[in-house]
Amino acid sequence: MSREAVCISRRGFLAGSAATGAGFMLAMKIPFGSDAHADDLPPEINAWVVVNDDDSVTIRIARSEMGQGTLTGLAQLVAEELECDWDTVQWEFPTPGQSLARERPWGSFSTGGSLGIRSSHQYVREGGAAARTMLIAAAAKQWQVDAGECSARDSVITHGPSGKTLTYGTVAATAATMEVPDEVTLKDPKDWRVAGKSKARLDTREKVDGSLRYGADLTFPGMLHAAIHACPVHGGTRKSVNASKAENMPGVHKVVEVGNDAVAVVADSWWQAKTALEAVDVIWETGAATEVNSESIDQMMVEGLSATEDRIFVGNQNGDAPAALKAAKKTITADYRFPMQSHAPMEPMNTTAIWTEDSCEAWVPTQNGEAALEAVAKAAGLFPEQCEVHKVILGGGFGRRGMHDYAIQAVQIARQFPGTPIKLLYSREEDQRRGYYHPLTHARMTAALTDEGELDALHIRISGISILASLRPALQAETLDPFVFQSLGPDGDPPAGDHMGIYEVPNLLIDHAMRNIHLRPGFWRGVNANQNVFYMESFLDEVAQAAGKDPLTFRRGLLKSQPKAQAVLDVVAKKAGWGRELPASHGLGLAVCKSFGSFVAACAEVSVIDGKLTMHKIWAATDPGYAVNPQQIEAQIFGSFVYGLSGALYQEMTVEDGAVVEENFDTYPSMTLAQMPEVESTVMPSGGFWGGVGEPTISVAAPAVLNAVYAATGKRIRHLPVKDQALA
Amino acid sequence: MLKLTINGETREVDADPSTPLLWVLRDHLDLTGTKYGCGIASCGACTVHVNGRAVRSCVLPASAAQGQQITTIEGLSSDASHPVQQAWVELDTPQCGYCQPGMIMASAALLEENPSPTDDDINSKITNICRCGTLPRVREGIHRAAEIAAKGEQA
Ligand code: FES
Ligand code: FES
Repeated sequence: MSREAVCISRRGFLAGSAATGAGFMLAMKIPFGSDAHADDLPPEINAWVVVNDDDSVTIRIARSEMGQGTLTGLAQLVAEELECDWDTVQWEFPTPGQSLARERPWGSFSTGGSLGIRSSHQYVREGGAAARTMLIAAAAKQWQVDAGECSARDSVITHGPSGKTLTYGTVAATAATMEVPDEVTLKDPKDWRVAGKSKARLDTREKVDGSLRYGADLTFPGMLHAAIHACPVHGGTRKSVNASKAENMPGVHKVVEVGNDAVAVVADSWWQAKTALEAVDVIWETGAATEVNSESIDQMMVEGLSATEDRIFVGNQNGDAPAALKAAKKTITADYRFPMQSHAPMEPMNTTAIWTEDSCEAWVPTQNGEAALEAVAKAAGLFPEQCEVHKVILGGGFGRRGMHDYAIQAVQIARQFPGTPIKLLYSREEDQRRGYYHPLTHARMTAALTDEGELDALHIRISGISILASLRPALQAETLDPFVFQSLGPDGDPPAGDHMGIYEVPNLLIDHAMRNIHLRPGFWRGVNANQNVFYMESFLDEVAQAAGKDPLTFRRGLLKSQPKAQAVLDVVAKKAGWGRELPASHGLGLAVCKSFGSFVAACAEVSVIDGKLTMHKIWAATDPGYAVNPQQIEAQIFGSFVYGLSGALYQEMTVEDGAVVEENFDTYPSMTLAQMPEVESTVMPSGGFWGGVGEPTISVAAPAVLNAVYAATGKRIRHLPVKDQALA
Repeated sequence: MLKLTINGETREVDADPSTPLLWVLRDHLDLTGTKYGCGIASCGACTVHVNGRAVRSCVLPASAAQGQQITTIEGLSSDASHPVQQAWVELDTPQCGYCQPGMIMASAALLEENPSPTDDDINSKITNICRCGTLPRVREGIHRAAEIAAKGEQA
């Protein structure tokens, strides 16, 4: 599956993986309308499929690849219906500009919400099937036989009655001119040969030899480097800049103002730019936000736990929980907290841009190419048609790269250097300071049991930050943010059903007191399911304890109408040997939920000895409906534990004087091999629905581990991160 | 002029001697396989070999690297055939891949020093961060690379 490790192809696609100076500016010169491709290019059968002369196939992938494997999974789905030889499959990213010019033949470019595969499987498979139909029709035409007598497999078309064969490459040019079928029939997933299999990723080789160029690695002739410092108190502005010292430092071309809240140094190398930036004196205008710190934020959230204002939004209810709780002889109540966290993808934010009066091109590591194009055009002061965004493989995203502040800044800088490529790269410190953080929330959990120890009533009051309110103030400020209730929401059509609470509670009330702060919230891998499932699954253990019941039995009792949730729970309990005798100081803990459309469960075994937590093993199960690449799902499950547990155990963005404190990995640590438990995963697709896999497991990671800590020690951790809280 | 020996070649670079080796590699020599993640020796993304030992190049002044044998991911093998690279491909270890040059260089240095490391050896020597969470396959990959290397030697 070797590919040229270059470049902007003649068609203007970023093929393979790396962009080099050789292809620079070529892309804009290439007409990329559907009817405009040059004669010497291998024929495009349709938007998804190009068949090359050597019979190899190039599949186009609109969604972003940030490590989650969606590129390979989507290619498998196209290839499955295309009936091509998987070993010859190559890939390329279409650009958002081509999408615009061709009226969006690839649909959405947005890559988040564990949606990459589940929201496009239908049309990418149809794209593959349509191309196959056209290839077969072309062969039938050449043979002058009925297409119905022909079939295709591994890029070879066979005429049944005569046994004649033709390869895809030989009929590709004709196929491109054949009529596009109105309707195609997709294979039954049980007949899949490529999809559903643990195929190797298509992007591994260039990730082990250093040849893959991420956005941060791009170089163009004449390119200058930019380092940036924006106001650390979000919402603040730049008041004055003294750059006299920095301007005279080696390699520095210019100190520039960026937007109304940042300053950048442009230099020959990034190190020179960053060093000079430290010598720039900036005075910020930050207003009242300077008074804000972690304590004041927490106070605001705690106040919301018992607030009775009009704007308490109800996300899910049935029966009459307030009345049932009032009438109950005894209630159980506990307050929980989940912190702000930074995404901290390994590759810091960056964009390379070149601007002229009538064009702008930008290489943006983005989770949403189309939104990036829009942002770039706006910042460039041009029409989207005059601009182009080139996609690259991302060094992690986790939700951060759905926002395009860094791309806008790069263009704003490039506008001050017409015709010169500018690469803006954040320092890790800038990346941390200018994040879109996981929202801080608190929750007050109150439950009542029947005399028989069944859960009769549950009220969850969430108090905290709404992501949607910050992103779309006009839409959300005065109304409910339904996403706040992720994994606790009501049943219903997707997306609500994708994030439904799974437990049947006779009297239920889940409501939200919205409390927003000046620091920007964002979608952090797993998003609101992370805290909600931590609250629910931890508290259910507390309630089971109060009822004198085993946590597994107690959950089963509430899951009678959710056989798929019960199934994943049962698998992890069985594999972990739930109920077995454990060594001293060991404990097992469970958690289960539905999020991003999938059912997931985890059972953790930990020990706490002299206050030291060791996570020995985690058993995990996922039912995503359909599993397109089981070994990649396993990788996502592993990664979810690393990402989720790093967050739960160690990570918090605290606030002082309105700015975040944790600026690098020394104060914002991420789990390493020494802390990593063994993980045994079970991927158990039950069919009938499409769930995501990149995020759901994060939600069960923290509660499974902390329920196990409780089982081992009797100590209940209700506030995250665990950090230095005593465990015994 | 700095004079550096990188991947067996002598390279002259016009950079301030205090410039960290990482930035000389990346911005002056276009050896971008070595990554920037933190700049404070916390993450390991910038790991290279200096005289065969794993070193975090973001905090090593280039001047201090003069006269030493520097190997970057580009020079670990010419065709991704180093046992660690082979194991990584076999297990599909990388996710986003950004931390992987550092992981691979750290793992290769560990195996050089200790051809069959235990899990405890791995825990204490490989302290690189991977935000995607490839850690289980990194561990498995190191054991697998040890096997590949051992077989290679017998053959
Ligand atoms: S960049 Fe050197 S250790 Fe992180
Ligand atoms: S593979 Fe993405 S950070 Fe390690």
